[in-house]
Amino acid sequence: MSNAVLDTSPVDSADRGSDSLRHARLPRWAPLGIAVLSAALGSAVGLVADLSSKAQWGLIAALLFVGITFALTTAVEGVRQARDRLATSLVWVCFIAALVPLASLVWETVVRGIGLLDGYFLTHSMSGLRDLQPGGGVYHALIGTVQQVGLAALIAAPIGLLTAIYLVEYGGGKLARAVTFFVDVMTGIPSIVAGLFVLSFWIILLDFGYSGWAGAMALAILMMPIVVRSTEEMLKLVPNELREASLALGVPKWRTILKVVLPTAIGGITTGVMLAVARIAGETAPVMLLVFGAASINNNPFEGPQSSLPYFIWQQFKAGNQYAYDRAWAAALVLIGLVMLLNLLARGIARWKAPKAGR
Amino acid sequence: MKIADTIAPPPQQELPPQAPKPSKSARHRGDRIFLGLSRGSGIALLVIMAAIAAFLTWRTANALAVNEGNFFTTFDWNANADPPVFGIAVLAFGTVVSSVIAMALAVPIAVGIALFISHYAPRRLATPLGYVIDLLAAVPSIVYGLWGALFLVPHLSGLFYWMDDYLGWTGVFDYSGGAARSLFTVGIVLAIMILPIVTNVSREVFLQVPKMHEEAALALGATRWEVIRMSVLPFGRSGVISASMLGLGRALGETMAVATVLSPSFVIKLSLLDPGGGTFAQNIAAGFNEAGDVGRDALIASGLVLFVITLVVNGGARMIIARRKEYSGANA
Repeated sequence: MSNAVLDTSPVDSADRGSDSLRHARLPRWAPLGIAVLSAALGSAVGLVADLSSKAQWGLIAALLFVGITFALTTAVEGVRQARDRLATSLVWVCFIAALVPLASLVWETVVRGIGLLDGYFLTHSMSGLRDLQPGGGVYHALIGTVQQVGLAALIAAPIGLLTAIYLVEYGGGKLARAVTFFVDVMTGIPSIVAGLFVLSFWIILLDFGYSGWAGAMALAILMMPIVVRSTEEMLKLVPNELREASLALGVPKWRTILKVVLPTAIGGITTGVMLAVARIAGETAPVMLLVFGAASINNNPFEGPQSSLPYFIWQQFKAGNQYAYDRAWAAALVLIGLVMLLNLLARGIARWKAPKAGR
Repeated sequence: MKIADTIAPPPQQELPPQAPKPSKSARHRGDRIFLGLSRGSGIALLVIMAAIAAFLTWRTANALAVNEGNFFTTFDWNANADPPVFGIAVLAFGTVVSSVIAMALAVPIAVGIALFISHYAPRRLATPLGYVIDLLAAVPSIVYGLWGALFLVPHLSGLFYWMDDYLGWTGVFDYSGGAARSLFTVGIVLAIMILPIVTNVSREVFLQVPKMHEEAALALGATRWEVIRMSVLPFGRSGVISASMLGLGRALGETMAVATVLSPSFVIKLSLLDPGGGTFAQNIAAGFNEAGDVGRDALIASGLVLFVITLVVNGGARMIIARRKEYSGANA
C-alpha cells in the first residue's frame, strides 16, 4: 500500500485553524445545488446555441456538473476530496449514461408496440396475409415458442440437474473438473453455433426436415450449462449437516440426495431453470436455421416448419414496411413481457423458497 | 462466487459400515444407478461439446475441399458460385472491430456501474439496482436489434456528422452520409448488450473485496475514491478482466443484433462510420436462406472459426476467474 494517504494530512492540519480538527466542507446540499445549477446552465446554453438534440443539453449539463463540483471542492476541501467527488460524479454519470439507452429501449418497445397489442393480435396467425398487409397476429409464433422452449426444457433440465448433482455430490475427480470447465465454456457458445451443429447433425447427416424439434435441440444445448451452473450454486448452499444427519441415520446416499438435498434446494433450482427458460425463449438464431418459420399455425413441433416469437420479429423486421414494423414492435413487447414475467416469477420463487439455514 | 465458495464441498463419505443387512444390496444398486445417471449426464455434456466440434469440422472439411480461394485471406464470399470462392478475412475484421468497439465503450461504464452498486449507491437502492441489471440481461437480443435498427440508427447520423467534422481527418471516422448502419453502430449496440454481464461479474468481485482491506484504508484517512483505487480495484482487477472477456465472448458471437443493425457488404473499409463489413454470425444469418449445399458448408466453416474463437476467449476468462477464486478463498 502506498503512503499517499498519509503524506498530505499533517500539512493540511497545520494550515487549518487550531480550533477545529475537521476539514472545511461543502454543505450537504451542495451536490444537489450544483446539479440544479448545471442543469439550468445546460438548458440555457442549449437554448442560446439552438442545439436541437436534448442529448447534447444533457451532456453539457453533465460536463458542467463535473467541472463545477471539481473546482468548488478543490477550493474548499482540497485536492484529495475533490478527486473523491470527481470519482463519485463520474460513477453517477456512468450509471445514468447506461440507464438512458436501456430505458429508451423499454420505452420505445412499449410505446410502439402497445398500439397493435390486443386480443386479436394474440389469437390470430399470419396465415394468408402478405407482409405488406395490415392485421395478422402472433398466435402461431406463440405456439411455436411455447412448444420449442418446453421441449428444450424437457431435455435440458434433467441432464443439467443430474450433472449438477454429480458435480456437487459425487464430484472431485478429473472428470468432474473437466465437466466444470466445459460447462463454463459451453455457457459462452454463440447460439448460432449451436444451431449450425444441429443443422449438420440432424438435418444434413440424418436428413430430417426443418421442425420445431430441431430448434428445441439447439435451444437445449444453450440451456444445459445455465441450468448446471445455477443448480450447482444452489446445491452448494445446502448445509452439510443435513447430509450428514441423513447418512448417519443409515439412509443411502441416493435417497439422501432425493429426499433431503433436493427438497432443500428446490426453490433455487426452480428459479435457475426458469431463468434459463427465459434466456432461451429470446433466442432467434437457432430457430432461424432449424425451424424455418411458417406463417400459419402448426401445432406439431415434430413435423414441418413452425415459427417463434423472436423469429417472427426478425421476419417482420426484414419485410421492411410500416405494417410489418408495427407487428414486429408488438411482438417484441409480447416477448419482453413473457421474459420479464418468467424472471419475476423466478425471483418470487427464489425469495419464497429461499433456504432458511446454511449461512 | 458468493457464499457458496466459502462452504467446503461435501466430503466424500462412505456409507456407514454397519448397514442393515437385508437392504444392503438394494441400496447399493440404488446408489450405483443414481451415480451412473448423474455421471452419465456429465459425460453427455462433454460428448455434446465434442460432437459440436466434430460435426462442424466434418462439414468444414467438405467446404474447404471445394474452395478455390484461400479460406483465410480471400476477400470474397461466393460460396454458391461455381467454382466456389470464399474467405473469412472480411468477417474476421468486422467481428474483431465491432467487438473491440463494444468493449472500449462498455467496460469502463460497466466498471463504473459495478462500483456504483457495490460502493456508492445508497444501501436501500443497491439490491433493486442489481435486479434491474439482471432484468436487462434478460432482454432478448432480437429486441436490442430492433431498437438499434429502428430507433438508434436514425438518431446516430447527427453524432456521426459531428465525428466526421472533428475526427474525419483520421480516415477512421470518415462519414459520407446515409443510414448509420455501420460497424460503429453495431459496436454501440453490442456495448449496450454486454453491459449487464460485465457489470454483474465485476460487481460480484468488488463485493468480495475483504472488508479488512477497505477498513484499513479508511482508518488511515483515505477518501472513498482512495479506498477504491488502493484496495478495491487491485483486488478486483483480474475479475474485471475476466468479466470483460465474458462480455467479449458474447459480443463476438452475437447474431441477431448485428444482422438487424448492420448494412453488410463484403469489403474492408478504413472508415468505421460508413455502412459495410460483416461479422461471422451476421454472415451466417444473412446468407443461410440463399445458400446451396456448398454455401451451407461454407457458412458452417465460418461458424467453426467463430466457435474456436469464443472457446478460447471464454476458456481464458474462466481460467482467470478460477485462479482468482483460489487466492480469494485464502482471504475469506
